Amino acid sequence: MSEFADIWTYLAQEPLLWLTATLVAYSIGDALYRAARGNPLANPVLIAVVLLAIVLGVTDTPYPTYFAGAQFVHFILGPATVALAIPLYVNLARVRAVALPMMVALVAGSLTAMLSAIGIAWALGVRGEVLLSLAPKSATAPVALGVSEAIGGSPTLTAVLVILTGITGAVVATPLLNMMKIRDWRARGFAVGVAAHGIGTARAFQVNETAGAFAGVGMGVNALFTAIAAPYIIRLFI
Amino acid sequence: MIRHITVLLCFQLAGEVISRALHLPLPGPVLGMALLLVALLVVPQLAEAIRKTGQALLSHLSLLFVPAGVGVVGHLDKLGTDGLPLMAAILTSTVLSIIVGVWTFLAVARLTGSRDV
Repeated sequence: MSEFADIWTYLAQEPLLWLTATLVAYSIGDALYRAARGNPLANPVLIAVVLLAIVLGVTDTPYPTYFAGAQFVHFILGPATVALAIPLYVNLARVRAVALPMMVALVAGSLTAMLSAIGIAWALGVRGEVLLSLAPKSATAPVALGVSEAIGGSPTLTAVLVILTGITGAVVATPLLNMMKIRDWRARGFAVGVAAHGIGTARAFQVNETAGAFAGVGMGVNALFTAIAAPYIIRLFI
Repeated sequence: MIRHITVLLCFQLAGEVISRALHLPLPGPVLGMALLLVALLVVPQLAEAIRKTGQALLSHLSLLFVPAGVGVVGHLDKLGTDGLPLMAAILTSTVLSIIVGVWTFLAVARLTGSRDV
């Protein structure tokens, strides 16, 4: 038993353990997603996050220790975001052809996300810093955190709301859009990218390459639009 | 493969530097994506070269959000007594935003007669 404790003490301090755990948890999530025949409720990110949260809780591991290993996965988000230029380039003629529909859909979708979120929370009694933190939740995390700080919200709370929004978008998008009988992958992808940033985009790539490319565009332009519009939107509520 | 990753990192770095230097409201990687797109338009051969590595990265984009997602679990208590209203706001606004976005896209595309090419 003490030998196990020694090994555990060693491993718990090494990035190897939590990097591996992250990949194993995601592989389990991905396997369950496939076993559920692509049911969006079996979202691999959601499954992996829940599994890892349980393991961290049971082993009493603090998040910084976990992140020391998981940061290698987290880091790849940067170059992967840059790589979104590739499907965008491949689909550029198709993207250009719908520049105007995308611009109007961006304004409509992004304003709907901000106004309805703040409006509903306000109606349910949420006020102050918490309400402000909600405004940029559909934008990609780095932008949302910056906006939150600038308008007087709490960046930590915004980070939580951003991730919850992304997972919500990834889970509801497919059943919702199928129910609406929308077959245009460009419109589907773009709307999901605007509403649910990178996690929605990741989900779009799982479903359809075209949807993924357009979701990447939606995420990028909504980052810009949220940064510009959020400070004006919140004035309606404070 | 190393060269492809290097290309992506160089564009991310350029994006970070420009975004910070000019105080732009865009994260470095998003600006890096725009810069890479311009580069691909100028040098089309680059696209064929980095396409496979890019696709490999993007096919597992979901995985890359797991560490941040785990971080959120520890902060769920920050939602505090506002937890339920916030969840209701997020669920409803995300659904509404997708519906409005998709309908607007399709309506304007129909009005302007823009066809898929």
